[in-house]
Amino acid sequence: MIEFKLPSLGADMDEGKLLEWKVGPGDTVKKGQVVAIVDTSKAAVDVEIWCDGVVQELLVQPGETVPVGTVLAILSAPGDSLPLPPPGAGGRGEGGAPPRRPITPAARRRAKELGIDLDSMPASGPGGAVTIEDVERAAAKVSLPRTAAASDKQAEMRMAIAAAMSRSKREIPHYYLSEPVAMRRATEWLAKANEGKPITSRLLMAVLQLKAVALALKQFPEMSGFYRDNAFQPAAAAHIGVAISLRQGGLIAPAIHDVGDKTLEQLMLDLTDLVKRARSGSLRSSEMSDPTITVTNLGEQGVAAVYGVIYPPQVALVGFGRIAEQPWAEHGTLTVMPVATASLAADHRVSDGHRGALFLAELRDLLQQPENL
Amino acid sequence: MKMTYREAIRQAMHEALAADPRVFLMGEDVGKYGGTYACSKGFLEEFGPERIRDTPLSELGFVGAGIGAALGGLRPIVEVMTVNFSLLALDQIVNTAAALRHMSGGQFSVPLVLRMATGAGRQLAAQHSHSLENWYAHIPGIKVLAPATIADARGMLGPALADPDPVVIFEHAQLYNLECELPGDWQCDIASAALRRAGTDISLITYGGSLPKALAAADQLAAESINVEVIDLRVLRPLDTATIAASLRKTHKAVVVDEGWKSGSLAAEVMARILEDCFFDLDAPVARVCSEEVPIPYAKHMEEAALPQVPKIVAAVKQVLGK
Repeated sequence: MIEFKLPSLGADMDEGKLLEWKVGPGDTVKKGQVVAIVDTSKAAVDVEIWCDGVVQELLVQPGETVPVGTVLAILSAPGDSLPLPPPGAGGRGEGGAPPRRPITPAARRRAKELGIDLDSMPASGPGGAVTIEDVERAAAKVSLPRTAAASDKQAEMRMAIAAAMSRSKREIPHYYLSEPVAMRRATEWLAKANEGKPITSRLLMAVLQLKAVALALKQFPEMSGFYRDNAFQPAAAAHIGVAISLRQGGLIAPAIHDVGDKTLEQLMLDLTDLVKRARSGSLRSSEMSDPTITVTNLGEQGVAAVYGVIYPPQVALVGFGRIAEQPWAEHGTLTVMPVATASLAADHRVSDGHRGALFLAELRDLLQQPENL
Repeated sequence: MKMTYREAIRQAMHEALAADPRVFLMGEDVGKYGGTYACSKGFLEEFGPERIRDTPLSELGFVGAGIGAALGGLRPIVEVMTVNFSLLALDQIVNTAAALRHMSGGQFSVPLVLRMATGAGRQLAAQHSHSLENWYAHIPGIKVLAPATIADARGMLGPALADPDPVVIFEHAQLYNLECELPGDWQCDIASAALRRAGTDISLITYGGSLPKALAAADQLAAESINVEVIDLRVLRPLDTATIAASLRKTHKAVVVDEGWKSGSLAAEVMARILEDCFFDLDAPVARVCSEEVPIPYAKHMEEAALPQVPKIVAAVKQVLGK
């Protein structure tokens, strides 16, 4: 038997509210498959399963809020002999339709009358069914002024960020380094690469920066991983968390996986998709829990540099400021150069300033050869 | 006036015998013994052997004789000791009484009233205890009644005798000793179901011997602030679907209580009609409390365990309500 527990989808998550099951008893699931949707204080997240198996029993019903680590479902390993499904459970064959959420006919009709969306509505009826009462309760909530509900969610996210950042500053001895990076080559290379491309497929400087960070990490594993139980666990691959500010306030930093192995074009697609999904609230659990380092780019806001707060249990954060022309002395000559300040906030328990400096220098040098990114 | 169910049946028959010389009573032990359930005590002395006729142990024979008498213009009340024994007369009831009006193109009618005891609970074992009301409720051409109150025991016989077609009346054996006030307005129809208790949270739909259990369950649930509506079907054929639907439109949830076995039961028919007529009113799956699917046992504790009981009804209601 395998216990599928509610994963932590970030350091700021203590509990989650199960919104929906995507599978039912008897379903065969594959590692990485989305099996449930869980609401955290930040977003509704598609939760993936971490192993292959067959769902035996769902222990938590939609609408329930449970702490991280709660067993959500029991699965059997793929080879295990299955107990017979309970009578009435029905035999959905493999590849059959996904299980239908139980909604009573009367609740369905009432929801239609009230114009209420039945998806993700908490259910209180027998067998986890949505009842008339649930619909009317949800309708009463919706009819409250919208701003009140939205500000609740914002307050919740503010508290979650407060908890994570307070923990970071309480536990992580940060050190900070910064380095001005000449961006002429990168800017010119990018302009050329984007020539003739439609706006939708043009590359952004952010993508070059992400790729450069990932490549720099190959020689500096102490910048990428997790600090847990008084020990550092380096990460095998660079899953870079991208800080995305949300329109309603707050921010979220989900991962782009394996950044070092992807082409710039692929990274651009991934980034566009990630931002879109972060803002519409449909992220996957691995994107929430996997980032091994975070990159933040406040250049768009027009600041020269950003010194970030590390997102625990990560051990480093790289920041980029805006690209602005500056007087630039080189080979005894003064020129005008587009420059961006790269910064590093790193965990002194894991690395020292010396290594941090070498990492930033490597990042700077990589950005001088954009054609190799 | 306070009276027993038994006495209400006796008064109804007495009234009919006194009012109409065409009415006579026939069956096993109805005369000298005064009726197996003492419903005809004193009738032999009062009305004489012509009209109060003891019969041999031959259901096929005397039910057939009753049909013949009805065809000939009399108004027979034929008593069969239990529904189990009535199976011996099924050929006469189903193939003859129920079919003659149709087979004769409306030329003949069979104004027969067939009374029989039904149900378990008195340690009479598997050959005297079954609830087979649904067998008769299946048959077009007859009406099937299940008086569950003193008033219905008193009131249903009159309209049954007035009906031009065969009417089967089921008297649950556990009801005979029921005693309570006979209301002044005991006259009734034999077409509609009755609302026995109004409620808002869930409908308990039942009939016959299960009605007192359903009402007791409703009382218990009221103590937990669960407001139960109780519908007494009264007429098992034709079913009064409109009353059931009106209740479901109010409560959106139902439990059907039926002493018959689940498979192919009246409870199944009621559920099917709810699905046909009230699907979009349902706010939970409909549940049933029926007898366990075994011949009714003799041993007291096993017999009790086999039948619908108040705690089972209470549990079913809570399950449907998700409590």
